[in-house]
Amino acid sequence: MILAFRLLVLLLLAFVLMPALVAIIAAFEARAIIAFPPQGFSWRWFERALNYEDFRTGFAHSVFVAAIASTLSVIIGSMAAYAMDRYQFRGKATLEALLLAPLAIPHFTIGLGALILAAQLGQSRGWPVVILAHVVLVLPFVLRSLYVSLKNIDPRLEQAALSLGARPGRVIWTVTLPALAPGLAGGWLFAAILSFNEFTASLFVTSQRTQTLPVAMYNYVREYADPSMAAISALYILLTTIVLVIANRFLGLGRILGTEDGRN
Amino acid sequence: MRRPFLFWFISPAALVAAGFLLAMAAVLQYAFLAFIPGELQPGGFTLQNFREMMKPLYAGVFFDTVKLCFLTAVLALLAGYPLALALVRARNPYVKSAILIISVTPLFLGEVIRTYAWIIVLGNRGFVNGSLMALGLIDAPIPLLFTRLGVVVALVHVTLPVVVIMLAAAIAHIDRDLERAAAALGARPLRVFWTVTLPLSMPGIIAGLTTGFAWTFSAFATPQLIGGGRVNMVSNLVYSLGFASFNFPFAAALSVAGLVLTAVALAGFRLLLRPLHKVGLT
Repeated sequence: MILAFRLLVLLLLAFVLMPALVAIIAAFEARAIIAFPPQGFSWRWFERALNYEDFRTGFAHSVFVAAIASTLSVIIGSMAAYAMDRYQFRGKATLEALLLAPLAIPHFTIGLGALILAAQLGQSRGWPVVILAHVVLVLPFVLRSLYVSLKNIDPRLEQAALSLGARPGRVIWTVTLPALAPGLAGGWLFAAILSFNEFTASLFVTSQRTQTLPVAMYNYVREYADPSMAAISALYILLTTIVLVIANRFLGLGRILGTEDGRN
Repeated sequence: MRRPFLFWFISPAALVAAGFLLAMAAVLQYAFLAFIPGELQPGGFTLQNFREMMKPLYAGVFFDTVKLCFLTAVLALLAGYPLALALVRARNPYVKSAILIISVTPLFLGEVIRTYAWIIVLGNRGFVNGSLMALGLIDAPIPLLFTRLGVVVALVHVTLPVVVIMLAAAIAHIDRDLERAAAALGARPLRVFWTVTLPLSMPGIIAGLTTGFAWTFSAFATPQLIGGGRVNMVSNLVYSLGFASFNFPFAAALSVAGLVLTAVALAGFRLLLRPLHKVGLT
């Protein structure tokens, strides 16, 4: 039975991996079509993907948006998570519900709302709207991973510092913040990856001038059928896997995602 | 305890929350405004958008979406459970890491790349048909792309990582002494799983099912590209109404209805699963 279970798990893992592997293999096709089994071997689709203008600007835009949105959400999220974890205040439950709500609301609804709101404010499809939409979307994940980190900090450490005469600001700066550092790094990375990948809401709020990489890729798939998209996917998969392996090595992916509780 | 910095700490988050709330209010407001063809500015108050939605064309898409989401959530749960169990119970840290990374990688690839990869897998000259034809098992390609089956398979793949995370979090919290006690009392592994592990993981099952449903409801690129116009979900309808016909009020009304529908479906899940939860003696 154990063997049958292991076989089942292997099959499921193969199902999860298969599309990515197939895309990587297809990227080396020599012809201008996607077909299996591929014929010939060529790097030219990688060359085309790397030189394709929309992918280049899309990549730069995505890096820009992800960097700002994840930094903002970690700053905003850590302050809010700290206040909500340590203080009681009026409206706390409402604030928390509002910040976590985007998890349960379809991204197309959030994208549509951001678009209408921006149009009403005369700010249609500029960078602030794109970045704000991303902050709203990644903040729940940042909060979730920061709560876990905050729970793991012994409150007695802060109390000890307070009783030794440190002022609250100094306690946060010298005790809480250093202890929270791995959680902040994990939350930042998590937010950056999610923002980099965000697609549906971005499709609503970006224009040709502000389109991010996932939007550029979506438009490419709709227009062309050559393996360039497979090539950019292969690069993307490689990059993501490296980042995940590093994140797992240094920060513990299981801890960031909350799939471990340390007792096992 | 005194609350130094409370105001400064929550103000930025409150601003973000307010922005989100305003965006949702804008959708709600637009849902009740009249669409004037050829005009980007909507007209006055009307209920016409919601009346329009009762038409079989739109009601059908809603019905279809709910069916697809439910089917996908259940299949993702069935596929995700063994993965989550293996992830939590793996003793070898390398095996554990490998299962975790493989299970969540799709989440970090985004919907576009995953959907594109499935196009290569399912296409007429794609991986499945190409392999079957090379093996001589079929003579002509089986249509997989632009079919419901193709959409469901790709949606399960998209939804699986979240379900695995939800389930793993719940399974990780099960007290293993309970399983050990059952085993010590003579229960065989399958019985231990069936009478102890599975019932105790019910919160994760509920969370996985509801999140899977909501997550699938949110899918856009997968039904759009794999469905190729033949399988439409609410998300596709909202987008095409907005950007092909600029009928933003109707798109907003569909979004509102979609939200209400998801909320009702999620509440329904919880109610339906509550008796099960009780039978599970948790």
